[in-house]
Amino acid sequence: MRASLLRVFALIRKEFLAVLKDPRSRFIIFAPPMIQCMLFGYAASFDLNAVPYAVLDESHGAASVALLARLDGSGIFKRQADLRRVEDIADWIDSRRALIVIRIDQDFERRLTSGEPAPVQAIADGRNSNTSGTALGYLQTAVDDFNTDWRSSHQQPGPSVRLVTRAWYNPNFESRWSMVPSLIGTLTMFGTMMLTALSVAREREQGTFDQLLVTPFRPYEIMTGKAAPNMVIGLGQATTVLLVAQFWFRIPFAGWFLVLYAGLTLFLMAAVGLGLFVSSIAATMQQAMLYAFLLVMPFAILSGLTTPFSSMPDVLQSAMIINPLRYALDMTKRVYLEDAGFVQLIPDFVPLAIIGVLTLAGAAWLFRRRLV
Amino acid sequence: MKDLRAKLRRIRALTVKETRQILRDPSSIAIGIVFPMMMILLFGYGLSLDINRIALAVVDEDASAQSAALIQTFRLSRYFTVMEKHSMRDANALLLERKADGVLRIPSDFTRRAHAGTAELQILVNGTDANQARIMQAYAAGPVALWSATQEPSAGAAARGLVVVVGRIWFNEANDSHYFLVPGLIVLVMTIIGAFLTAMVVAREWERGTLEALFVTPMRCGEFLLSKLIPYFVLGMIGFLLCLLAGKFLFQVPLRGSLLLLCVASVIYLLVALGIGLLVSTLVKSQFLASQLALLLTFLPALMLSGFLYDLRSMPVIIRGITYVLPARYAVALMQTIYLAGDVGSVIWPNLAVLAAMAAALLILTRLATRKLIA
Repeated sequence: MRASLLRVFALIRKEFLAVLKDPRSRFIIFAPPMIQCMLFGYAASFDLNAVPYAVLDESHGAASVALLARLDGSGIFKRQADLRRVEDIADWIDSRRALIVIRIDQDFERRLTSGEPAPVQAIADGRNSNTSGTALGYLQTAVDDFNTDWRSSHQQPGPSVRLVTRAWYNPNFESRWSMVPSLIGTLTMFGTMMLTALSVAREREQGTFDQLLVTPFRPYEIMTGKAAPNMVIGLGQATTVLLVAQFWFRIPFAGWFLVLYAGLTLFLMAAVGLGLFVSSIAATMQQAMLYAFLLVMPFAILSGLTTPFSSMPDVLQSAMIINPLRYALDMTKRVYLEDAGFVQLIPDFVPLAIIGVLTLAGAAWLFRRRLV
Repeated sequence: MKDLRAKLRRIRALTVKETRQILRDPSSIAIGIVFPMMMILLFGYGLSLDINRIALAVVDEDASAQSAALIQTFRLSRYFTVMEKHSMRDANALLLERKADGVLRIPSDFTRRAHAGTAELQILVNGTDANQARIMQAYAAGPVALWSATQEPSAGAAARGLVVVVGRIWFNEANDSHYFLVPGLIVLVMTIIGAFLTAMVVAREWERGTLEALFVTPMRCGEFLLSKLIPYFVLGMIGFLLCLLAGKFLFQVPLRGSLLLLCVASVIYLLVALGIGLLVSTLVKSQFLASQLALLLTFLPALMLSGFLYDLRSMPVIIRGITYVLPARYAVALMQTIYLAGDVGSVIWPNLAVLAAMAAALLILTRLATRKLIA
């Protein structure tokens, strides 16, 4: 037992040295999560805070001016040009100078005052239909506000219902509040799985794995010696991202660090387990790298990071039962924003633990198979 | 003349060797063929920014004919699955357990205030997924507006004397998200094949010492690089072709610009990606570092900072500045325009010129960085 512990300890020490001794690889392990967290924290948002638009106002009335003034005052809509001719619309959209072109007809004012519906045409650049849909939604909101005011100032009360929306845990609907905590798991997963997958593959490519096999090491000892250091490095990466979230983006941390780190440890067990699993199949570093990438890619895309998990097809939703990142994202966001405790997180903790144990055991078994 | 023949023979020999290496390594094939197909299927069928079947818990404290009618409109909407609850406590519990995506509360004075025009409806959502919360808020406005229209004294004149937005989404009238996913996918696939795979190639030869063995042959550095470029270029074009076919036959995305222009743009972008991969590989000489750098410099920016998913105009100035250095930005603009808008000169030529300049610069730099020198 003692001897076994000593062996594992020696292997862990060697593993740390192999990864952390080279300043370049130290850099590549800790700098990217930090840089990416900052970049993506700012960039990865479906909110629009600038909608460049052009307008073709053929009405020139007080109402159209009031409507446009409301848009300009929103701070989001930025008027780029006042167009004169219908032919100019295509040019402004095609060249991407305007995301939306608003066209107000000649009889806009007359229709509005005489009580007919007054259409405003909004032409959006649908090259990214998601962006254009959001922009049209903002326009609709601005026009709704305008209508409410118009009604009240022209004594046309109708059954107007106000929708009051409250978002728990994120009162201002900030994308960043859900994105940045999600990055803790995502960036760590990319880093740790690749690192682990490569650590065994590198030894195999350089021939030192064979040497390791002729030592008194048992398969599970090799597995532990490879898994533990990578988990610690993974926790280090997660901490880096957490620090950026806390001190750079200043997203308030509602929960307990103890719960978060317990969850992250289970998650890293699963990530490292998958990495080792990949590396025991791969013969070269290139294979390990590419297989790990092919595995981590769908996990990241289908984790609910960029698109809502619940709107994926049922088949994929049930296939993602094996995706550790999915549970990790749910776990980090709930601890971070909702102050969830151990009991509420059982649905995340249990699958993570199962995936971790299964993959680590599988990797140890594959190591043993290589022995024979 | 004889020189040139010998040169071509050497290039051919090395290219054949590299090609065999690709063909015999299942992982190269996996990234060249399986990866594009996987991405096509994932992006085509897995990703959806539309939300349907929103589980909505409804608490009706008013219990009137009007509130029942309102709930009925939510029931009829294809976006909502309604669960009626009797108390806010039950509904909130559902929200916390993630069994409901949102709670709609109809206050007890709803009918009374609706007549006065001051009624309020409360919607509670879980903000931990801010995106979903916002989409839901927008969708909820639909049934409410519909209900308001039926309550109007003179039915049918709902929008009387009001401004109506008639929105038209050009290039994508049906608002099909495949339309912008497929052009973006081409960029992603070529980035991975071009940069990620080649990043390991030269580094591998350095690590294994096989490059030193090549140094003693008459091979020139330029020939060596060409032999690395050609097979991966072909692999990248296969990936491109797969995406092209999937876009046409699987997702029916129209190609409104010219096919020739699309191919030219792809070839140039692929050269940029290959250039980055080879340059990184030549500079760091380690497979681990090279692959991580390639991932960091090409793939993640292509996904997040290219305008493919997230709008570039809404990013802070500094981040937007960074995107100008990244080739993916120009490639996404090109692909989306050629695919959906057509041959718009004012978008195509500047972007194409930047990419061509980048490709030339990267390949020249790589050539300069490759020396027959043992460090």
